[in-house]
Amino acid sequence: MTLGPEEVRRIAWLARVAIREEDVPEYARHLSRILEFVEQMAAADTEGVEPMAHPLDLPQRLRPDEVTETDQRERFQAIAPQVERGLYLVPKVIE
Amino acid sequence: MEWEAVIGLEIHAQLATRSKIFSGASTAYGAEPNTQACAIDLGLPGVLPVLNEAAVRMAVKFGLAIGAEVARRSVFARKNYFYPDLPKGYQISQYELPIVRAGRVTIQLDDGAEKEIGVTRAHLEEDAGKSLHEDFHGMTGIDLNRAGTPLLEIVSEPDLRSPREAVAYARKIHTLVRYLEICDGNMQEGSFRIDANVSVRPRGESAFGTRTEIKNLNSFRFLERALAYEIERQIEVLESGGSVVQETRLYDPDRNETRPMRTKEEANDYRYFPDPDLLPLVLDEAWIEQVRAELPELPDARRARFMAEHGLPAYDATVITAAREVADYYEAVVAAVGGEAKLCANWVMGELAGALNRDGIEITASPVGPEALAGLLRRILDGTVSGRAAKEVFEAMWAGEGDADAVIEARGLRQISDAGAIERLIDEVLAAHPEQLAQYRAGKEKLFGFFVGQVMKASKGKANPRQVNELLRRRLDAEG
Repeated sequence: MTLGPEEVRRIAWLARVAIREEDVPEYARHLSRILEFVEQMAAADTEGVEPMAHPLDLPQRLRPDEVTETDQRERFQAIAPQVERGLYLVPKVIE
Repeated sequence: MEWEAVIGLEIHAQLATRSKIFSGASTAYGAEPNTQACAIDLGLPGVLPVLNEAAVRMAVKFGLAIGAEVARRSVFARKNYFYPDLPKGYQISQYELPIVRAGRVTIQLDDGAEKEIGVTRAHLEEDAGKSLHEDFHGMTGIDLNRAGTPLLEIVSEPDLRSPREAVAYARKIHTLVRYLEICDGNMQEGSFRIDANVSVRPRGESAFGTRTEIKNLNSFRFLERALAYEIERQIEVLESGGSVVQETRLYDPDRNETRPMRTKEEANDYRYFPDPDLLPLVLDEAWIEQVRAELPELPDARRARFMAEHGLPAYDATVITAAREVADYYEAVVAAVGGEAKLCANWVMGELAGALNRDGIEITASPVGPEALAGLLRRILDGTVSGRAAKEVFEAMWAGEGDADAVIEARGLRQISDAGAIERLIDEVLAAHPEQLAQYRAGKEKLFGFFVGQVMKASKGKANPRQVNELLRRRLDAEG
């Protein structure tokens, strides 16, 4: 399977990655190679094999329901570009 | 043409944990912005989510309560999209392997019939933060306190056929999560939010029509109205030869209409994949059985018991079991009175519910507790007060004037049940109205009611009306 320039642009947009137009053919080649690798794996017979959700064959550890975090807003907001009245400010988004 | 609506609901129930689903930050409502958003909730580099045991336990409780399959193995996935109140750029949710699959609940319809509604799945996920679009000189303010709050998303089958059925189902789920104490059900605070998928089709048709989704309905009334509006709108579109556009709509309660949300040009592409930060959630049999043992009596069972053992009518049993706290209160009253379930139910659904509603008080904070109410009901049953005087006693108890006996004494509301005293009143009334007495004797029997009224008046409303009737009847018949 080979990806075209349109698909590359769409994937970049979905991931919010800015790419230069002249790099699109190169990305298309790289991404297509990944898909070829996937196709190679798809050829393996996986009949009766349960899909893995994680490379580690371990169950998820659970934590007790306790509040262990303290308020560190000032420290977090010290590195935020813009804050006001305790809120993080971002460019206007409206649906 | 006759049309049929097809409705399915997605309900987001906020789980009543102390801490977040993947972090140890508090979930308490109403804190100062961003004071409960820790490094994990903010998605800072290098952090790892660790799953909250209580959230898992609550999801399993729900699954067991609706007779669902509780997955021995479930998987967390990343749902990818960009929005500023979702700091990581993805929401941790469950996709292919949710924790709860294929359950069902029974709803009571308006005509008293019952209907089973399928629950396709219920999965664990984290909530996003809040965006505030006003007052920030052209910027959007972000509060991430809610980010990472555990949610159980409960997805129904498209089994609902009318707005009323949708409301009955939503109420049933609401009742259930509160019985299970896994969600406080507070719709104003957003702890219980409803999205509705709705389409219409000609009655008898088996294929579904094109559906729309109405997002974020935060009251049962809005759910019913939004669906009623949307069904009408779709029928009008189809009958005028148009076609329904699959889209997300919002309900505007002020104008009672749904409007399309401004949609992005791209269709949603969430690119779900298993979250590499979280291992599969594996539950063993013994643990699930332990959770099962913790289940309380569920509303359906309790309702059936109130009907079978207390003899309550179906309507009363439904109303009383709709909220666990009300059912608990009612049961405490019945226990304290020692029976007389119907009288207890009438007072809980009547005077008590009315007063709670009027003053905006939760039943658990009622100024008149179940013991106190039982004290009043005992005085009705032993004839100390009339039903009408009891209402006055109740109001006085509500206002803090003391228990039933104290109020009855202080206000002189004791019913006159002393036969001698009532007979004296009858004598006085008959002596004072010779003309009416003569007419009665002459056959104008309707005047009996007049005499009852006069005796009650002479007693200042305190005579036991049943006794007045009996004694008056005996007296007039004897003389006749």
